[in-house]
Amino acid sequence: MTAELVSPLAAWTSRLPSTVSERPFLSQLTVRSSDTAAMGSVLGVAFPSRPCTFTEGSGRFGDVSVLWLGPDEYLVVAEPGLQVPIEEGLRACKGSVVDTSAQRTTLVLEGPHVRDVLAHGCSVDLHPAAAPVGTCVQTLLARTGIILQVTGADTFTLLVRSSFAEYLAAWLCDASVEYGLLGETPVTGRPQGHR
Amino acid sequence: MQLIPCPWCGPREEAEFHYGGQAHVAYPSDPSALSDEEWAQYVFFRDNPSGPFAERWSHSAGCRRWFNAVRDTRTHDLLAVYRVGEPMPEVAS
Ligand SMILES: [Zn+2]
Repeated sequence: MTAELVSPLAAWTSRLPSTVSERPFLSQLTVRSSDTAAMGSVLGVAFPSRPCTFTEGSGRFGDVSVLWLGPDEYLVVAEPGLQVPIEEGLRACKGSVVDTSAQRTTLVLEGPHVRDVLAHGCSVDLHPAAAPVGTCVQTLLARTGIILQVTGADTFTLLVRSSFAEYLAAWLCDASVEYGLLGETPVTGRPQGHR
Repeated sequence: MQLIPCPWCGPREEAEFHYGGQAHVAYPSDPSALSDEEWAQYVFFRDNPSGPFAERWSHSAGCRRWFNAVRDTRTHDLLAVYRVGEPMPEVAS
């Protein structure tokens, strides 16, 4: 019997700023390898060659992103439910592959004020000249460790540890107030229905 | 807040880093041959210069890599950063 999956921000769906949405349960695998060419050909996406960038591609596992985390460390991100086949696919390559899908959930942030909201708690320069599309940084947002991807002109993807997700959701609501991005529901206390 | 230039990630705020003490303190090649005094020297004794000092830093909230930095202990200026395994660069003191 399998337990029902409940995303870390399930109770926040209706309370998040209108510009923020959760993309739960993405397949995430932490890869440490120097044999990234072989892994790239399995996944159909070339691994990033420069620090603080990510790459995207499509292959037998659908759309896959590869995020640079360190000189020999990457995070492979794909649609939900693919962690086992991806791990099996990479098994022939040299290196370590660890399923870390449950470690983080994913938020998509968009809109013209996205940089203003992030600037409330993130010291990294996110001006397009300094952080163009394709940038991927690990940093702190409101003292919480995050992975931040610049995925479009005004679109960011943010990966946060599951246990920090509610705190960060509350912080994002607070930081979004002055831009008029919150819905009618006032954000007070923890949402009901949280386990 | 002071920016520290990670050799991998570029300039990031100080809060992302952890300090690791003096750099280039080699582990004894034959630890069991050391006297108690020599072992104490290795474990506890560090330089304390007034001026440039080679130190280990970890970009703990970023790429989580250790690197070395030369910091002026009088001004807290980071004079140079370099990756583990690279030689200490020349700095003007
Ligand atoms: Zn770094």
